[in-house]
Amino acid sequence: MNSDLLEIANLPVERTVKCAHCGLVCEKEVVLSGENSFCCYGCKTVYEILDENNLCEYYSLDESPGVSLRHVREESFAFLDDPEIAKKIITFQSDSFSRAQFSIPNIHCISCIWLLENLKRLNSGVIRSEVNFSHRQITLDFNPSKISLAAVARLLSSLGYAPLITLEEIKPTAALSKALIIRLTVAGFCFGNIMMLSFPEYLGLDNSDAQLRTLFSYLNLLLVMPVVLYSGQDYFIAAWKSFRQKRINIDVPIAVGLAVLFLRSAYDILAHQGPGYLDSLSGLVFFLLIGRWFQSKTYDSLAFDRDYKSYFPLAVNKKIDNDWNPLLVHHLEKGDIIQIRNMEIVPADSYLMSKQAFIDYSFVTGESKPVHVQEGALIYGGGRLIGQPAEFVVEKKIAQSHLTSLWNYETFHKNEESRYKKMIDTVAQKFTWVILGIAAMTAIYWHFVSPNQMWLIFTSVLIVACPCALALAAPFTFGNMLRVFGRNGFYLKNADVIERMAAIDSIVFDKTGTVTQGASTITFNGTLSSEELGMVKALTASSVHPLSRTIAKSIAASPMPLSTFEEVPSEGIAGVIINHQLKIGSARFVGFEKVITESQSMVFVSIDGEVRGYFKIETSLRNGLKELIAKINTKLSVFLLSGDNPSEKGRMQSVFLSDKGLYFNQTPLDKLHFVSNLQQNGHRVMMVGDGLNDSGALKQSDLGVAVTDDTGIFTPASDGILLGKQLKNLNQFLALSKSAIVILKIAFGISFLYNFITLSFAITGNLSPLIAAILMPISSVSVVGFSTLAVNWVGERAFRNKL
Amino acid sequence: MEIIILLIFISLTIAIAFLGAFIWNMKTGQYDDTYGPSVRMLFEDKKTESKDANPHVK
Repeated sequence: MNSDLLEIANLPVERTVKCAHCGLVCEKEVVLSGENSFCCYGCKTVYEILDENNLCEYYSLDESPGVSLRHVREESFAFLDDPEIAKKIITFQSDSFSRAQFSIPNIHCISCIWLLENLKRLNSGVIRSEVNFSHRQITLDFNPSKISLAAVARLLSSLGYAPLITLEEIKPTAALSKALIIRLTVAGFCFGNIMMLSFPEYLGLDNSDAQLRTLFSYLNLLLVMPVVLYSGQDYFIAAWKSFRQKRINIDVPIAVGLAVLFLRSAYDILAHQGPGYLDSLSGLVFFLLIGRWFQSKTYDSLAFDRDYKSYFPLAVNKKIDNDWNPLLVHHLEKGDIIQIRNMEIVPADSYLMSKQAFIDYSFVTGESKPVHVQEGALIYGGGRLIGQPAEFVVEKKIAQSHLTSLWNYETFHKNEESRYKKMIDTVAQKFTWVILGIAAMTAIYWHFVSPNQMWLIFTSVLIVACPCALALAAPFTFGNMLRVFGRNGFYLKNADVIERMAAIDSIVFDKTGTVTQGASTITFNGTLSSEELGMVKALTASSVHPLSRTIAKSIAASPMPLSTFEEVPSEGIAGVIINHQLKIGSARFVGFEKVITESQSMVFVSIDGEVRGYFKIETSLRNGLKELIAKINTKLSVFLLSGDNPSEKGRMQSVFLSDKGLYFNQTPLDKLHFVSNLQQNGHRVMMVGDGLNDSGALKQSDLGVAVTDDTGIFTPASDGILLGKQLKNLNQFLALSKSAIVILKIAFGISFLYNFITLSFAITGNLSPLIAAILMPISSVSVVGFSTLAVNWVGERAFRNKL
Repeated sequence: MEIIILLIFISLTIAIAFLGAFIWNMKTGQYDDTYGPSVRMLFEDKKTESKDANPHVK
């Protein structure tokens, strides 16, 4: 191919040019290469790769088979280097051979199959690849010493076949559904044959055919064996397990029903008393299994995996051209240089570049004594830096799942069980006994009225009364809501948090960094040389406190090297810079004695014990906050806790519309006590803070929310991490959590109503076990479908105009 | 009447044979991908007539 001819032409769209790779109409730009035109560089690159490797047959198999690369983001798949994640994808591993399975939604035609199965011609590390077209999956054998798993993913991605990798465990559903289908087939086969052999019985044999009747009955008994012992074994196993654990679960009534029908029929046949109910029994199992299969299909398509798209909104300072820029942690790459400040979390396994650092591994190991590490040491992701800031070079990206699991570490769990989970557990326990009781009473009644029908009705009642839909409603409703939240910048710890959020009646805001953010005006009263300004910048840049960050940002001078660093929460920061002792913070902290009152936040600076002046900072309110407070004020009691002096009381009063809930000069301990006092008065408290000097209060509260802008402060004590710019939508989130509860209640209602109606039909003998077996899965599917659709609908509606 | 008994056994035997065949199909994964194999057999396994220094070894 002649790539000299390559040029970009901004052709006017007089004639439509179609991309030679993906077949889409080239819109803005047309990339020319030889006689072919492409819609983007991505498509052209793929074409060139294929052309170089004699793989252009790709284009002759199907018309424009390529996948457009126009909207594809470059991804590094670095997380696949993490053995924990790799384990979910790799099915077999040895030194020179690995087998991995990827899900690739882009597979769509013959050419895709052909290209993906010829991957070995593109990279010698790939040994064999096989596409499963129906499941959009590829099974890849590769040599891990030649090509890493991440490199395989990048290779696929570079061709436009980006693999889809989800955070949750990939369940071995395929094997499971295969066994289910075989069970279903066996049940169907036996059901059909038993019906055929029962046919003479339906028409009525006369007594002269007694021999034939016996033969048919025995054949039926033989045929029903695989149905009960093989197809229906899951129900018996589940029931047996529940007996062993001395807990009755919802499989018990079904197992009892099946056993009763089988034993009764066997007795009838062996004692020559009649044909039994084998046709009903086998049909019952057949329809139960169809229902199960249908259910698993539905759940698969409604599954609510937390995927890699709902990332932690956690940022870190990355060095770009000698400057530090905040970057979301999941964009970090190996080799990036990052700066971690006091209290920030090291987001990735990295090597220390600074001379020394103190790392607190309490999130990872539970041991809270900081570890002293020297230059060049490897720091594991999840450690927290204490004291002087340090620079690191990223060695290996941390897995999202790792952070999530740190977050869900037991120590940080609140001792409050989900109310609905508890309710379902007790209901399931009691319900089973109630069902067994109702069924027994129904059986006794029908024993006198019509003993023939007794066993069938007994089974119908057992089957139809099962409240399976109940157990599914909560996980599906909350799980989907969790995903809606994540998509909108509110990352929740787990699904139970939504339930707690809905019950909130008080909100406590932290002021600095939450209600206020950044500065509108900043002035320095006093004199500082440019060298001294550099010192101040060095010291303030080391702290993640919002005021420090504001000051550091406002100083243009280049920072001086910092030798020691110390931060006293709610007081200030101190450090030594080129033999000068610097203190920056509150008047008390630096030793400023004169009392002055002004309306702005003041940050004092002292150098070598001499107070040099103070920064006057007028912080600006966060965007949309006033509107938010106005909205939630009517529904909830709102409080403000600030560690600062009451100089801003007037302004806060105008935001919070009263001065009742405003408290100033609060130490971290005060904040904690304030929250626990509210709780003792029966309030359910949500604490919104930045996680700096209010982590105690965050943990104490019923729902702690850490607001984050461009810092890497990871507060495991919090229940949710909210992007700063989404704080204005807190109202929406609260409303959504309430909607989730409403949806859940409706789902419960549907489920109960369903059971009630069908049960009444069953007790009166108007429902055969077959119909019961058909109705049961329909109820589960309708409940799950309802909650999934409803949650996504309200989520969509709440945020349609908000982003 | 004997003939009916005979017929029933023959029909059951044939039906069980088909059931067995189906189970075998399922277990060996013949239903996993119902589209792929139908096109895979049409791909020409060309000897790479190329500069490629890595001819494809069976």
